[in-house]
Amino acid sequence: MMIDPVTLIAALIVASTPILLAGIGELVVEKAGVLNLGVEGMMIMGAVCGFAIAVQTGSPTLGFLAAAAGGAALSLIFAILTQYLLSNQVATGLALTLFGLGLSSLIGESISGSTPPPVARLDIPGLSDMPVLGPILFSHTSMVYISVGLVVAVWAVLKHTHIGLVIRAVGENHDAAHALGYKVVRVRIAAILFGGACAGLGGAFFSMVRVPQWTEGMTAGAGWIALALVVFASWKPGRVMLGAYLFGGITALQLRLQAAGIDVPVEILAMSPYVITILVLVIMSSGKARAALNAPAALGKVFHATG
Amino acid sequence: MSAPLLSIDGLTKAYPGVVANNQVSFQIQPGEVHALLGENGAGKSTLVKMIYGLVRPDSGTMSFMGASYTPAEPRAARATGVAMVFQHFSLFEALNVAENIALGMENPPKPRDLAARITEVSEAYGLPLDPGRLVGDLSAGERQRVEIIRCLLQDPKLLIMDEPTSVLTPQEVEILFHTLRKLSAEGTAILYISHKLEEIRALCDEATVLRLGKVVGTCDPKSTSAAEMAELMVGKSLAVPARSEAAHGDVILEVDNLSVAPASAFGTPLRDISIKIKAGEVLGIGGVAGNGQDELLAALSGETITAPNAVELKGKPVGNLSPNERRSAGILCGPEERLGHAAAPDMSLIENALLTARHRKSLDKNGFLDWGKTRQYAEEVIAAFDVRTPGPENAARSLSGGNLQKFVIGREVMQEPSVLVVNQPTWGVDASAAADIRQAILDLAGRGAGVIVISQDLDELLEISDNFCALNEGRLSDTKPTAGLTMETIGLMLGGAHDMHEAEVAHV
Repeated sequence: MMIDPVTLIAALIVASTPILLAGIGELVVEKAGVLNLGVEGMMIMGAVCGFAIAVQTGSPTLGFLAAAAGGAALSLIFAILTQYLLSNQVATGLALTLFGLGLSSLIGESISGSTPPPVARLDIPGLSDMPVLGPILFSHTSMVYISVGLVVAVWAVLKHTHIGLVIRAVGENHDAAHALGYKVVRVRIAAILFGGACAGLGGAFFSMVRVPQWTEGMTAGAGWIALALVVFASWKPGRVMLGAYLFGGITALQLRLQAAGIDVPVEILAMSPYVITILVLVIMSSGKARAALNAPAALGKVFHATG
Repeated sequence: MSAPLLSIDGLTKAYPGVVANNQVSFQIQPGEVHALLGENGAGKSTLVKMIYGLVRPDSGTMSFMGASYTPAEPRAARATGVAMVFQHFSLFEALNVAENIALGMENPPKPRDLAARITEVSEAYGLPLDPGRLVGDLSAGERQRVEIIRCLLQDPKLLIMDEPTSVLTPQEVEILFHTLRKLSAEGTAILYISHKLEEIRALCDEATVLRLGKVVGTCDPKSTSAAEMAELMVGKSLAVPARSEAAHGDVILEVDNLSVAPASAFGTPLRDISIKIKAGEVLGIGGVAGNGQDELLAALSGETITAPNAVELKGKPVGNLSPNERRSAGILCGPEERLGHAAAPDMSLIENALLTARHRKSLDKNGFLDWGKTRQYAEEVIAAFDVRTPGPENAARSLSGGNLQKFVIGREVMQEPSVLVVNQPTWGVDASAAADIRQAILDLAGRGAGVIVISQDLDELLEISDNFCALNEGRLSDTKPTAGLTMETIGLMLGGAHDMHEAEVAHV
């Protein structure tokens, strides 16, 4: 049984990126105190929008931009419903997922079977040709690097900037933030749109890089995994990345184990990424009072300015 | 007299169904400590929200240092020089002190500079604070310091304080007053909202009294008696609670060497507590918060279960009974925290009435609830205790603190318990409601019940209790008759007074 660790790690990174993108977006949304369960729907909308525009224009860059716009547009529906019309966030988020799955099938009807333009891979002479490090670090598509950059940026903004402080404050106690004169609804809508755009990019990574083609429901629950990651990662960007890579890694590994014909039932292998990722993150976040404290206190609560 | 700092002329604000402020006018001079006095619902909070830019007036004008002042939002108010410390702190528990303070500033400096300034200002005003600590770990008094320092860093010309002492211990109140006097001496005007008359007499230079949204008078609190101010505030003179002179009966509740380990890491253990109460007696238990008051109430109510003989009601052991079994036996309790402990905030008053009165008032039959009867009971409580609410179907959360307190105390008193235990029965309650509650407690004792009143308000305990003892670090002092007790003796009974004094010196 031969599993090449270099291609495994390269595959791990590819398998992780969609979840990482969606997860880091949802982290910002939840830090602002909003629980958007529509990640799956926004991802699949990003997948179909990105795919369609990339096929039409032949430009992967325009495709990714369209994916971000598609995800953000769907999240705008959520934002208006929950922030202005004060609807229940859980119910609205679930509806958003169902709506996104249906709408994406409709949009994707005419384009299934097309092939998207290939997304350029990083190719730095010398670096990309290095053994081991080259395939692992220097020959991915730009989205992989963008996703890692986003994690660092989100961490830095939340921890070290005033905007990040305001986002955390709004998610912690929206009444106090309002009393201090911060625009709670505006901050939350911006966060929701950011989350939608990130989820859209994650979806497009499926349809344009990882698979690459369009099939209905192709995100296959990745949005739910991203949601779970955020919670089990105790709302910490670094841990979201760790969780995403763990999940992607076990996914890539179990596929290779299946192919190698290992004597373990396929079902157990197929569920192993979910079980192991959740177990590891639960163990990491348990036993520490601080982890629970990291949860945004106003998460999922409806804000209505009075007085 | 120099030009006023803030001048308010004819401010009016109406909400659907109620005029919160009606043609309110007054002036604040630089460096003045100005009291805004009124009962709950008199319109004090709405008025200061207008000054702070959270609410826009329907009509009327304000001017600040001679210039027209129309703050559209708190930011504008802060930029002009108005800062506010809220009644319910506008703090973020998961953020640290420095982050909380940065959020309240227009142009927060770099974190390191900010931390240095926090330390500097906090020491200058005798309010020590560590900028790196999480606000969630701070006591109520320390949280208030965070708010005050947040305001002071902006160099305000007017500091608004909305009921600042309602969550503070007497020692913390002293520290606060020390700071406020210093600020006032430096020329910062303070608008001080409260209904605690003695505090206002001790601190303020000028008082404006509001009743039902209108200014009903102004006075100099230093030369006006508390009774006169209360009359102005309430619109009628307050009756001093009358107690029955009937002799006490047999011992009705006996607590014998009760010791309880703390429930949490931050709790206080109870150590060898012994109490004897006779029928008709009111026992006052004083002490600074956090010395075992909540734990004692829990042990008496049945939330904490102890050895059967540790608590005996009329000679029968009840220490191992659950709260509902104790209610049936005749011990009822009114815990300190109104929302969340005494009442379920989002449930209606009818449902809240059912929660403790189900057995004693037989509000259920064969396991089915009798809502008609429950509504009737809730309405009886509302009528008998003058609870101001549109109706019993309203959520407990929608009532003002004083009204909800009247409801939860009334709910227990009207079940005619043999023993009633209340913790801080008039905490954050206005003067007339507090007088009503105290009278109800005395009347209950007059009808032959034993009552334990746990309170941090010594004046209240001296007014209503027959006997007094003090809790200190989970130990109960000897019990003494209230008549003839001097403040000095009480200080000695509080025991911790010595330690508190030291702590205070260390703080200031």
